[in-house]
Amino acid sequence: MRRLLLAAGLAAALAPAAAEAQSRTRLTVYTALENEQLAPFKAAAERAVPGIEIVWVRDSTGVITARLLAERENPRADVVWGLSVFSLLQMEALDMLEPYTPAGAEALRPNFRSPRSPMTWTGMDAFVSAICFNRTIAAQRNLPRPSTWADLLNPAFRNQVAMPNPASSGTGFLTIAGWIGTMGEERAWDFMGRLHENIQVYTHSGSAPCNNAARGEYAVGISFDMRAVALRNQGAPIDIIVPTDGVGYDLEATAILRGTRNLDSARRLVDFTVTREAHELYGRYYALLGRTDVQPTVQNYPAEFAERLVSADFTAVATQRERILRSWTERFDGRSAPRN
Amino acid sequence: MSGTATLRLRMAPDMRLARIALWLAAALFAAALVAPMAMLLVRAAQDQAGAFVGLANVAAYAGTPALASSVWNSVWTSALSTAIVVPLAFAYAYALARACIPLKGLFRAAMLIPILAPTLLPALAMITLFGNQGLFRPWLPEGFSVYGPWGIVAAQVFANFPHAAIILSVALATADARLYEAATVLRASRLRIFLTVTLPGAAYGLVSAAVVAFTLAITDFGIPKVVGGNFNVLATDVYKQVVGQQNFNMGAVVGLVLLVPAVVGFFLERWAGRQRAATLSGRAVAYVPAPRPARDLPLFLLALAVALVLVGIVGVAAWSSLVAFWPWNLSLTLANYDFARFDANGWGSVVTSVQMALLAALLGTPVVFTLAYLLERGPARGALGTALRLAVTMPLAIPGLVLGLAYILFFNHPANPLGVLYGTLAILVLNSIVHFYTVAHLAATAAIRQLDPEFEAVGASLKVPLWHTFARVTVPISLPAVLEVAVYLFVNAMTTVSAVIFLYGPATKTASVAVVHMDEAGQQSAAAAMACVILAITAAAKLLQIAAGGAVERATQRWRRR
Repeated sequence: MRRLLLAAGLAAALAPAAAEAQSRTRLTVYTALENEQLAPFKAAAERAVPGIEIVWVRDSTGVITARLLAERENPRADVVWGLSVFSLLQMEALDMLEPYTPAGAEALRPNFRSPRSPMTWTGMDAFVSAICFNRTIAAQRNLPRPSTWADLLNPAFRNQVAMPNPASSGTGFLTIAGWIGTMGEERAWDFMGRLHENIQVYTHSGSAPCNNAARGEYAVGISFDMRAVALRNQGAPIDIIVPTDGVGYDLEATAILRGTRNLDSARRLVDFTVTREAHELYGRYYALLGRTDVQPTVQNYPAEFAERLVSADFTAVATQRERILRSWTERFDGRSAPRN
Repeated sequence: MSGTATLRLRMAPDMRLARIALWLAAALFAAALVAPMAMLLVRAAQDQAGAFVGLANVAAYAGTPALASSVWNSVWTSALSTAIVVPLAFAYAYALARACIPLKGLFRAAMLIPILAPTLLPALAMITLFGNQGLFRPWLPEGFSVYGPWGIVAAQVFANFPHAAIILSVALATADARLYEAATVLRASRLRIFLTVTLPGAAYGLVSAAVVAFTLAITDFGIPKVVGGNFNVLATDVYKQVVGQQNFNMGAVVGLVLLVPAVVGFFLERWAGRQRAATLSGRAVAYVPAPRPARDLPLFLLALAVALVLVGIVGVAAWSSLVAFWPWNLSLTLANYDFARFDANGWGSVVTSVQMALLAALLGTPVVFTLAYLLERGPARGALGTALRLAVTMPLAIPGLVLGLAYILFFNHPANPLGVLYGTLAILVLNSIVHFYTVAHLAATAAIRQLDPEFEAVGASLKVPLWHTFARVTVPISLPAVLEVAVYLFVNAMTTVSAVIFLYGPATKTASVAVVHMDEAGQQSAAAAMACVILAITAAAKLLQIAAGGAVERATQRWRRR
């Protein structure tokens, strides 16, 4: 009986693998895209690039980046589609990316593509740090609506703000990199020191501050725009504020893994990711796209927010990361026992 | 002692077979635990580019000012939660085993509740109850925050209760009634009987339970991640290094630090093991408690209170899975169970989880039980035995994400022939068995230790091979414990997240990982719904075990009664 069950279990485990050994090339695509984006992206890509089948491995940015780096000796992914450019730069530094300039990549904004030739990565869309502001809680506690980062220094926000711990979360790092980019490093540390007085909690996840602001756990959650828009569209009583005094941004980007056994198919998929059609897809979720000739259709985005982006030299920021995080950790991490 | 020694001389062929089995177990642990961990831990002495740097990482880590506070925070919260959970679990297990209280079956099921669901569920329930918008918020003191040490300790008491309770239940399950009769005849007071008969009989279980509760508390990162707030502990330090900064070298250093309590625990257990005496000799008569209201009523009330809290927390989660959008729209809906709306895999991940958990239980249980038996009653002296005893204690101390990362490095290495397992269900099964090995082993060991070695001695003098004694005496007597181990592995494989999140492939995403993903995407109700589905499956397995256990007990345990 036990053996029978075992055989049944093993057969069930192996069946999908056997059934899919067919003529289409399976491309394993690692991604940090949101779950709801996976099905439409897969359908569109498979329609546009005949002969490929996309199988996703999706997780949060930190986990998927850790997996990619840990698998470095023997990469399992063919393509990365939809991962922070900072992660791709880490991989580039370790020579993990296959250089390839996708057909039509010159149509992308200059800061949305790798400066190398041939390119190692191409950008899809930008996401920025944003404030999730709970209107209901704010009304209960008489909190003013902030429109700049500086507004968050108001003592009224004492213990009302959550932000991601930059040592745990890419979103957290993106946020402080933006502050350093706009204010210069010295003023940024001063700003963070004063903001620290108002922080209730530094979370380990980049989406947690916004998720929890949406639930009313905090009045203000510092997070990223896409998360905020998705929550608002679900009906959460939050406003999405992209501060007018400059925000850090990150790109979702695409690359081919060096050592892929399906280089030809991988190239054709990456060609698709820079097309108009693909960007129309990105524009359903993001407001700032790599191509200027596609109008984003996403709802509830603040108008003209593209002007608030801090010009970022991704490579320079990436090389400074370790030092900035060490400094942040020394100043703030664990120095924040709950003020009861 | 001398019985086993002469045994080995006389029963050479079966002892040789047992020896081979031990070597096989050693090979399994070498491939599934030691080699992966070694591949990760050498990174502690390398820089990011892979060059050897000796102790530089350790020195850099030791130089971080936050380290001392993380160590202290980890130690005191873990010690406090252990100090709460062990006496509580002991009282609960005592009520079940040594008192006459009604509803024992239900209490036995309720005790398991915290491990029947992914840890995210109690963490979410804590926030639902005690968070800033929590249902109990109006009654909490002004300025109280669940985010911090109190949240961590409370959630860990909840999460680790079943582990301690399982071990103590097994330790208290059987007792020799003759000892109690003798003590009563000698007019020993009840307190004296408790202190000189009951406690020594359960001493090994108590030490095991304390070691397990402490180690689980100190290595768990799921709870401090969600309710820890700004309170840094070692496990969140690992998370920051590995997931936050992808610095595996520093992650390996912190992982090494976390192994310290396990090593200490290993020696504590060996010490406790030496103090033990077999409690159930071949002539033993099962102890059956007689009703005594002065003891039964308080214990019943205590068990009831604990069970109600455990059930209540699940009730809160079940309710929140039906809520349209907490806390703004509290109308009830089943829409959160339509998982395809939230996750590309929909209900498919539940099927994957069940397959994986069944395989882990079916393959893991025979390994766990046979090895535990061989280590107790087989030819397991010398270096091999010691190495294996150490190996089975280790998994408890390894944070899941460290183990997951180690598995990638080892199984994905281009030169590793076992690489075919990578990305398949098989690696998830193997990982789950190894990850949860320690407690399963302790439960099996506790059951075997209650059996008098006389059984083997009698078997030996009747010239019956060891495996006959094992198959025809030990396993039937211990069937309840065997079932317990199987269900323990099944349940944990259903709920585990930390290791498998690095190992699942495109076709093998598990339901527990889906819970995390939905929570990250802000779909709290859907996450609670998926957690409740997992809970329903694991609870069904547990109830099945209780029903089967009743049948088994009637069939195999009648000899213990008079």
